[in-house]
Amino acid sequence: MPPKRKSNISINIEDVGMEVDASDSGSEVEARRKAKNRRAKPQRKAKRVSDDDDEDEEEEDEDQSPRKRGRKKKAKPRDSEDDEDEEEDNRNVKRKSSKASRKKAKDESDEESEDEREKKKKGASKKDKEESNKEKGKGKGKQGKDVGAEKDKKKKKNRKLSSSFEEEEEEEEKSDEESLSEGEMAALKEEVEEKKKLIATLRNKPWRMKRRLTLLKEAQDFVEKFEGALGKGKGRKLFAFKVMMAKKLIKFKRDFENFKTACIPWERKIKDVESHFGSSVASYFIFLRWMYGLNMVLLGLMFGLVVVPEVLMGLPYGSIPRKTVPREEQATAMDYSVLSDFEGYFKYSILFYGYYNNERQIGLLKFRLPLSYLLVGVGIFGYSLMVVIRTMARNANEGGDGGDEGDFTFSWKMFTSWDYLIGNSETADNKYASITTSFKESIVDEQMNQKDENIHLRRFLRVLANVLILLCLGGSGYLIYYVVKRSQVFANMNKDDLTWMEKNEVEFVMSLLGLVCPPLFEAIAELEDYHPRIALKWQLGRIFALFLGNLYTFLFALFDEVNAKLESEKDIKNATILALHEYAANYSSFYNTTVVPPQNVHPADVIRGPCWETAVGKEFVKLTVSDIQVTYLTILVGDFLRAVIVRFLNYCWCWDLEAGFPSYGEFDISGNVLGLIFNQGMIWMGAFYAPGLVGLNILRLLSSMYFQCWAVMCTNVPHERVFKASGSNNFYMGLLLLVLFLSLLPVVYTIMTLSPSFDCGPFSGQEKMYDVVMETIDQDLPAFIGNIFLYATNPGLIMPAVLLMVLALYYLNAVSKGYQQANIDLKKKMQMARDEEKNRRNNKDSTNQVMKDLEDLLPNKSLIPPAAEEEPPPPDVVVDKGSRSPKVKPGAAGKGVHLQRDVSLAAPNPRDPVTRDLGPRRGPPGNAMGPQPGPGKGRGGGRGGGRGGGRGRGGPPRP
Amino acid sequence: MRGNDLKQAWQRMYTMIGKEENPFRDRIVETFSEDGLGNLSFNDFVDMFSALCETSPRELKTIYAFKIYDFNRDSFICKEDLRKTLNKLTKGDLTPEEVTLVCDKSIEEADLDGDSKLSFSDFENMISKAPDFLSNFHVRI
Repeated sequence: MPPKRKSNISINIEDVGMEVDASDSGSEVEARRKAKNRRAKPQRKAKRVSDDDDEDEEEEDEDQSPRKRGRKKKAKPRDSEDDEDEEEDNRNVKRKSSKASRKKAKDESDEESEDEREKKKKGASKKDKEESNKEKGKGKGKQGKDVGAEKDKKKKKNRKLSSSFEEEEEEEEKSDEESLSEGEMAALKEEVEEKKKLIATLRNKPWRMKRRLTLLKEAQDFVEKFEGALGKGKGRKLFAFKVMMAKKLIKFKRDFENFKTACIPWERKIKDVESHFGSSVASYFIFLRWMYGLNMVLLGLMFGLVVVPEVLMGLPYGSIPRKTVPREEQATAMDYSVLSDFEGYFKYSILFYGYYNNERQIGLLKFRLPLSYLLVGVGIFGYSLMVVIRTMARNANEGGDGGDEGDFTFSWKMFTSWDYLIGNSETADNKYASITTSFKESIVDEQMNQKDENIHLRRFLRVLANVLILLCLGGSGYLIYYVVKRSQVFANMNKDDLTWMEKNEVEFVMSLLGLVCPPLFEAIAELEDYHPRIALKWQLGRIFALFLGNLYTFLFALFDEVNAKLESEKDIKNATILALHEYAANYSSFYNTTVVPPQNVHPADVIRGPCWETAVGKEFVKLTVSDIQVTYLTILVGDFLRAVIVRFLNYCWCWDLEAGFPSYGEFDISGNVLGLIFNQGMIWMGAFYAPGLVGLNILRLLSSMYFQCWAVMCTNVPHERVFKASGSNNFYMGLLLLVLFLSLLPVVYTIMTLSPSFDCGPFSGQEKMYDVVMETIDQDLPAFIGNIFLYATNPGLIMPAVLLMVLALYYLNAVSKGYQQANIDLKKKMQMARDEEKNRRNNKDSTNQVMKDLEDLLPNKSLIPPAAEEEPPPPDVVVDKGSRSPKVKPGAAGKGVHLQRDVSLAAPNPRDPVTRDLGPRRGPPGNAMGPQPGPGKGRGGGRGGGRGGGRGRGGPPRP
Repeated sequence: MRGNDLKQAWQRMYTMIGKEENPFRDRIVETFSEDGLGNLSFNDFVDMFSALCETSPRELKTIYAFKIYDFNRDSFICKEDLRKTLNKLTKGDLTPEEVTLVCDKSIEEADLDGDSKLSFSDFENMISKAPDFLSNFHVRI
């Protein structure tokens, strides 16, 4: 078989026009092999007649283990990859050679060294082979197995062979070996390596399958001949197993990723919104989702450590006064109007502070509820602060403004945004929408960059706008202040004298301001003509300032109420104590005994204080609920109803409602974000006084997620200028942090200074709320911990600690500034490098002299890719010209163009430095390979060049 | 795997492989078909999947992506090609001015040799830095 096959191969090689490493290496090998054969034959003939060249060569290339001769009849390639096999071989060799050593020790040592060298070589090439094996995969599977089976048989036979025979063989081998010089051996090995490399990298080449198959076959045959089959027996199975496992692993990883994505709540909803409304609207929903996550943790803390223990282990409803509705309220306690005001049963329920008992330890677990209540109340703030700051820091890493995301914004969008995995029409529609949206976002950015304008006028307008808005804010601030003052006056007057207007003046003014100011700000912001992303930030900041007034009035009213309650509580407390004393005195004088049994009064009848904490909590709950109502009503009326009217009344209206005045609503990002932020502020402030508020808030967030998603998708239209949200939500986070801080203040203030009510809540009976902690430290913890606390609160220790922190702050700040500077410098450098590259390519006269010199030095003639003659036009290309596809433009798809279509992919960049070794490249010079090869020419880039993918191509063409 | 033996009759394959939604489906099939008409032999079919499969290397994908986006097959992605690509991607939702702007910007960004069209090296340079090219440019079989 062998001679024939050989000739076949050589023909094939020429046929296909293998170039780069493949072609020349192939022909070289041919030549060398022939030469070798010529030399080897006479000697061999002298010894063995039945031998044929192929085997011979194979053996020569193999390690020269003597026993190899045993398998002469079938040129059995040896598996070099199979480790066990190899070891066995080795052992065999050793065994045999030990026998042989008696005869000729010198030769043997020679041989061993040879053997070892061979092995080393193989180890190096193992990886290559593995890959090539993979490539062969299915195709060779069966064949490989067969080979393996045969081999095993062979091996067994081998062992049986008599040693004497082997020795004989050895001698033969020796003589054969001598016929090949060292250099030739090395060259041959190199060839094999190259072939193997080709096999391994074949899949990376942009060739047609037919050609690939041919090449692969050739390469495989070659390697097989000279080195042996690439797999068999156990090693093969193991390898297959490995491949299978790798595939399984990949699949598992993919599934896991999918699972993880599926676990992100509302991811699909948000993506839907994002694809139709842009990332700015989606940023609100992402923020909402983040808020939901935060509140889930708060809920876990509150309910897990406070509410549930109280329900499970505390006294039941009706057992003590604070857990009972008073007698006079009982009749109406279940009325809807009462309940909707959070009076009646709601007021004396687990929702509010007052319900909790002050028993130090409850239940079997001896759960310290009051302590837990205080710690959770403070812990909520601690946790929120930590999370907000951490998120901000992380977002800051992810970087920037969102505007600049690299140099290839548009090209990337153009070429890499379509996901080829999409097979579902709905997903595809969303993808279309999202691609369009993202293009629009980038276009807006780009237009903003391009805008050429009168900078002085713009500056003047901006200053003017800011002045106007400051005036607005100042005016509304004064208005709020004035109204609050008036309301205090009214509060002292008799309620019956006041009109409805006077009673509700504050609320009225506040809602009026909230209604008028945001659109006013928006109108003024038109003057500034900022990029919409920046405009949104300004808008947020301004409305935030306005809402601060809201907060201020609310807290003001609340503190008034609390003070009044504290006063009345003092009276009631005194009265109760007095009554108690009186009762005791009466009892003892009446029955003439000092043992006074406790008064037997039904808990509903006990006189009780106003419990200001519950009142505060009630205010917050009411506010939250009304906020929810207002939000949802606004959506229903302002968006949904409007959409319905615009949509259906449009058929019978005198102007176009959809395009004209009312139109559909846009999603109000700033209003919604601020609503969310302030609502969260309410939750933070109110959670301490109304633990149930956290649960209520979760319900709100949950429902609002679904409701708003629905509302946006079906009633709103995208903004006129869809803009990209900043990459991080850090502006929202910053506002949130501010609100968190603001809401922290009143709560901490009340905890630290006001005394808790005497007859309700977990701290009743204490002078201050934090006394619970002191008590626990004193009574339940070992003494030394108390000491530690004592030292820790020592001013001598606190001052240095504060100093240290300030220093650390300063240091870290300096470091971060340094990094920022470095970052900017690097960016600048990158930009410069890019510009330079562009310049270099644009102008023939390179800006970079060194590179130019280098290029001149290059032997560019030899670098020009192989000529056209080497490669016959691929069949597929020729067919093209007659029948052209509908996509092809008649003008552009000429014959010449088609001819080079496949080929000039590799059109080399003339000024590109050579960075890639593609093996020796021979080819006639004068094959013009300019940037725009003329039709008919320029095939020279060749398919081989295509593989390199233009990264580093030959020097400039200079014929 | 004797592709030639199994060579099938001319067939429209792409309806079978779940790519009905792909805006470039025609281009893909044309690119991979030997006759450039969208008729796939078995070999072409295998070719297509070997290029689009998850494990195929970036270089190969880049080459085929370039071919796919090169509508008129002149080995350059010119503005006309970009315009077609963009219109396919956005279903023609952008105004002509916007399309022009985007095309100009794309060329400006990626064109390194200043011939106002993208050669393969420009394309490769650009795509090699794209973060989600590999993840998006593949199919699962």
